Amino acid sequence: MNNGAARLIGYLALLAAGLAAPFLFPAYQSQMAELWLFIVFALTWDLIGGQMGYNSFGNVVFLGVGMYACALTQVGLFYDVSLYNQARGGGATIFTFDWQQYLEGLAVGLPVGAALAAVTAAFLGSLVLGMRGQYFAICTLGLGIAAGEIANGWEWIGAGSGMVPPNAPDAIGNLARFYYYFAMALAVLTFLVLRHLYATHFGLAINAIRDDEDKAESMGLRTTRIKVTAWIISAFFLGIAGGIMGNLKRFIDPVDTAFAGPTFGVWMVLMAILGGKGTLWGPVIGAIVFQVFKEVSWTYLLGWQRVALGLLIVLIVVFFPQGIMGFLRERFPERFGHRVESDSPVALSRERAG
Amino acid sequence: MLDNLEILVQAPVITVDLVLNGLLVGAIFALAAYGMALVWGVMNIINIAQGEFVMLGGYVAIVMVGYGLHPLLAVPAAAILLFCLGWVLYYSVIFRVVDRDLFISILATFGISIVLQQLMNTVFGGDVQIADAKLGTVFLFDGFVSLAQVKLLAFSLAAILGAILIVFLKRSRLGQAIRATAQNARAARVLGIDTNRVYAATYGLNAALCGACGALVAMAYTIHPYIGLPYTVRSFMIVVVAGLGNIGGVIFAGLSLGAAENIAGFVFGAQYQLAFVFLLLVAVLVWRNWRLARKREYLK
Amino acid sequence: MLHHRKLAIAVMTTACLPVATALAQSDETITLGAAVSLTGKYTTNGEHTQRGYDLAVSKINEAGGVKVGDKTYKLEVKYYDDESTPARGAELAERLIQQDGVQFMLGPYSSGITKAVAPVTEKHKIPMVEANGASRSLFTNGWQYIFATLSTSEQYLTGALTLAAENADKLGKKPEEMTVALAFENDPFSQDVRAGVLDDMEKLGMKVVIDDQLPRELNDMAATLTKTKALKPDLLIVSGHSKGAATAVRQINEMKVNVPILAMTHCDSADVIGKFGEGAEYTLCATQWSPTLSYSDDLFGSAGDFATLFEETYGYAPPYQAAESAAAVQVFADAFTRAGELDPQKVRDALSQTDMMTFYGQIKFDETGKNIAKPMALYQVLNGEYKVVSPSNFAETSAVVPRPSM
Repeated sequence: MNNGAARLIGYLALLAAGLAAPFLFPAYQSQMAELWLFIVFALTWDLIGGQMGYNSFGNVVFLGVGMYACALTQVGLFYDVSLYNQARGGGATIFTFDWQQYLEGLAVGLPVGAALAAVTAAFLGSLVLGMRGQYFAICTLGLGIAAGEIANGWEWIGAGSGMVPPNAPDAIGNLARFYYYFAMALAVLTFLVLRHLYATHFGLAINAIRDDEDKAESMGLRTTRIKVTAWIISAFFLGIAGGIMGNLKRFIDPVDTAFAGPTFGVWMVLMAILGGKGTLWGPVIGAIVFQVFKEVSWTYLLGWQRVALGLLIVLIVVFFPQGIMGFLRERFPERFGHRVESDSPVALSRERAG
Repeated sequence: MLDNLEILVQAPVITVDLVLNGLLVGAIFALAAYGMALVWGVMNIINIAQGEFVMLGGYVAIVMVGYGLHPLLAVPAAAILLFCLGWVLYYSVIFRVVDRDLFISILATFGISIVLQQLMNTVFGGDVQIADAKLGTVFLFDGFVSLAQVKLLAFSLAAILGAILIVFLKRSRLGQAIRATAQNARAARVLGIDTNRVYAATYGLNAALCGACGALVAMAYTIHPYIGLPYTVRSFMIVVVAGLGNIGGVIFAGLSLGAAENIAGFVFGAQYQLAFVFLLLVAVLVWRNWRLARKREYLK
Repeated sequence: MLHHRKLAIAVMTTACLPVATALAQSDETITLGAAVSLTGKYTTNGEHTQRGYDLAVSKINEAGGVKVGDKTYKLEVKYYDDESTPARGAELAERLIQQDGVQFMLGPYSSGITKAVAPVTEKHKIPMVEANGASRSLFTNGWQYIFATLSTSEQYLTGALTLAAENADKLGKKPEEMTVALAFENDPFSQDVRAGVLDDMEKLGMKVVIDDQLPRELNDMAATLTKTKALKPDLLIVSGHSKGAATAVRQINEMKVNVPILAMTHCDSADVIGKFGEGAEYTLCATQWSPTLSYSDDLFGSAGDFATLFEETYGYAPPYQAAESAAAVQVFADAFTRAGELDPQKVRDALSQTDMMTFYGQIKFDETGKNIAKPMALYQVLNGEYKVVSPSNFAETSAVVPRPSM
C-alpha cells in the first residue's frame, strides 16, 4: 500500500469515527463539540503564531465578534435587538423562534459572524501587524481585554448581563448533537483549507516571514498584505467557531465566554504549543490532549484544577516547547520525510542510545 | 459623558481631586512598573506574574494585621518574603527560560500567575480584604479634595523605595553587576560576574518591589486573589511608554497613567475605565510603531 | 500513520474513563447535582451556598432521610467547581446531567452563572431549584424547570427607596424632589437590581443624577464618589457583590462623602461591620433573610435556630446566601415526598405546587418559577449590628434617616 492511499484511508477512518462519535458516546456530545471548536481555535492560532511567527493573544477578539454577530443576527432578523436584550426585567415578553426562523437565523448569522470577524481582522491587522515580537503579543493581549470591556459596557448587546442566543425550538432535536456536526464540519473544513494553504505560495510566504521578515520583504514579498490576509483567514474561521460556540454554550458572557482572553485566548496558544506549533497536525493533537486533560482535572482535582493547569503550562513551555509533533519529528525524522544521513548528529545519537 | 465634562469645567477643583488621587495610585503603578522594567531590561523576560507578586505582598500585609502588627511593618516584610520567593522561582523555573524566546517567558510566567492566584484563593478565600492602617483623611478646598493619609503614605513610601533602588543600582556592587549584565551579559561573564546570580537577584528584587507595592495596595485599596492582571498590564504599559532603562520616564508615565485613568473613569463612566487603559496601551503601541515605520523600523 | 492510530486510541480510552464513576451509585440515595464557585471571584459566596446545601442535606439525613412513596432515601450532593464563570457552569451542568446521571439540580451562585446553567437543565428537562440567581431575566424566558427560593432582584432595594420617601420630610424635601446616585456593577444581578430601583424611583418620582456602572475588576470607585460629592444626591445606592460593598464603604469614609441615605447589597457577606466598624454605621442593606425573623419549620426550627446550628458547624453567622441555599434543599425534599416517585417530570410538577413554610420564609412559586411568597427585608447597621428596619411587620427598630453627618 503506498503512502498516499494509507493516508487517505487514515483520514476517512478518522472522519467516520468523528461522525459516529455522538452516537457512541452520547453523554459526551457537548464536550466533543467543544473539542472540535478547540481544534479550530488551535489551527487558526497556529496559522498566525506557528506558521507566521506572530504570537497573538488577541485572536479571541474574532471569536467574540463572531459570537455576538451571529447571535445578534439570529435575533435581529425577527425581533428588535434592544428589546430582546432589555427583556431582563418587568414585562413577561417571551421571544420564541420556530425551526424555520432558527435555521434561517443560523444560515445568515454564521456567515455574518465570519464576515465581521474578518473585517475586524483587516482593520486591526493593518494597525498592529507592523509590530513584531513581544510588542505584537502584548498589544493583542490589550486588544482582547479592551474588546471584552467594551462589550461589557455596551447596553445594546446586553452589556454585563450577557446575552442568551435564541432558544432552540424542539424540532431541532438534540442541540448538542446538532452543533456537534456544525463544529466538526467547521474543524474539518478549516483543516483542509489550511492544509491546502500551507502547500501554496502563500504558505511559503508566511513561513518566510516567520523565518526572516526583513529578508522576505527585501525579496519582494508584500509582507504587510500577506500578514493581514493570514489574520483575516484565521479570523474568518474563528468567527464561525464563535457563532457555534455561543449557540452551544447558550449564554454569552462578554468577558467569560466571548472575549475570554485568560481562558480561551491563552488555551488556543497552549494547545498549539502542546501539539507542536508550525505543524499541521500539532494543533489538532494539542487540542485533543488539552481537552482531555482539562476535563479529567476538573473531575478529579476539584478546586485544584487551575493549579494543575498552571503547572501544566509551566511544564509545557519550559520543558516541552517543541510540542508533541516536534518531539516526534526529532525522534522519528524518517516518518516526516526527512532523510537522515548516517553521520548526522541525530542518527549518531540514536545509534548511541540504541 | 458630556454632562460629566461640564461638571469638570464648572468645578475645576474636582479635576484637582481626580488628578491628585490619580497621582497617588500612579505612584504604586510606577513602582511595579519599575520592577518590570528591571527584569525586562536585564533578563529580557516579560513577567506576567507581576500583578500576582503585588497580590502576594498584599496578603503578607493582611496576615500581619491579623496578628495585630501595624501594616506599615508589612512593607519591609513583604519585600523580604517576596525576594525569597523570586529567588526560588528563578532557580526553579525562570532560569530555564532566560535566554529563550520572549514569548516562552510570557507563557511560563502566566502559568506561574495562575498557580499563585489559585493558591491564594485556597488559603485566603476569594473575597476582598484590606489591611486597615487606621489613618484619617486630609481635606483641601472645603473638603472638595480629599486625600486619604494612607494613600499619601503609600505615595511617599513608593517614592522612597524608588530612590533607594536607584541609589542601590548606581552604588552597590550588586547593582553595578546588574547594570553590567544588562548592558552585555557575555562581557559581564568574561569579567567574572556570575550572571546567573545576578539574574536571580534581579528577579528577586523585582518580586520584592512588587511585594512592597502590594502591601501598600492592601493598605490603601483592596486585595483579592484575582487582582493581579490589571497591575501587570499597567506595568507593561508604563514600561512601553517610558522605554527600557528610563527611570524618570517610568515614574512620569506611571503618575500620568494614574491621573489619566481617573479622569477617564469620571468622564466616560467607571465601566469603561479598564477599556480605556487597554485601548490606550494599543494606541501608544500603534503610534510608536507608526513613527518608527516612517524610518523603516519597527517595535521589537 | 502511527500518530493517527495513537490519536484514535487516546480519544477512546480517555472518553471511557469517567463513565465508570457514574455507575457507582447506591440505590438508596438521591443525588442532587450542583456546580458552585469554589474558586474565582465568587468563592466566598459559593462557599456559603455549598455550606447551606450541606447543612440541609446532613440535617435531613439525620432526621431519617426523605420519604418517597414507601421508600426512604438519603440525600447527597455531587459538586463541581464552576470557577465563577458562566461558561464553565454550563459545561458542568451538562456533565452532571449527561455523565453523572444527575436528575435533580441545585443552583450555582450568582445570576450570571444560573443564567448559563438554566438552558442546560431546561434542555434535558431536569428540574433545578436555585437559591442564588435573583435576576428577573431568569424568569422571562418561558423556562419550565427552574425554581428559585429567593426574592428576585428588583425587590432588593424597594424597602430602601420606600424608607427614603417616607423620611423625605426629614431632609426638608418632598419624595419627588429627591435625587439619587446609582453605582452598580456591570453584571446580571446588579443590573437587574438597578432596573428594579429605576422602576421604583419612577413610581416615587425621584430623579437620577448619577448612573455609573462599575467594572468587574472593581477596587477603586473614587471617580464615582467624586461625582457624588459634586452633585450631592440624597440617596446613594451601590450594588456590586461583596467587593462592591467593601470598596464603597471604605472609600465613602475616606473621602467623607456625606450622603443622607446610603443603601447597598451584600453588606453582610462583605462583613462591612467587621472590616470597617463605625465606618459602616447607618448603612441600609438589602437582605433576603435575617436570623431575627420569626419564620420556622420542623427541620431546623426557627430562623434563629438555623443561625445557631450554622454557626456551631462552620464558625460564623450564616449570611442569607447560606439560608436560601439550605431552603432549596428543603424544597426538593418536600417535592420528592409529594411526588411520591423520582421521575424528574413528576418532581417538577410537585415543585410547581410547592407551598411551604421554612425557617427561611414562605416558599410558593408562580408559573415562571420565582418565589412570590417571601418579602425582602432591609437591615440598617446600628451600633455595630444589623437591625431589621423594614418591612414594618418584622422591624426590630425604626431606621435612622438621614445618617447623622460625620
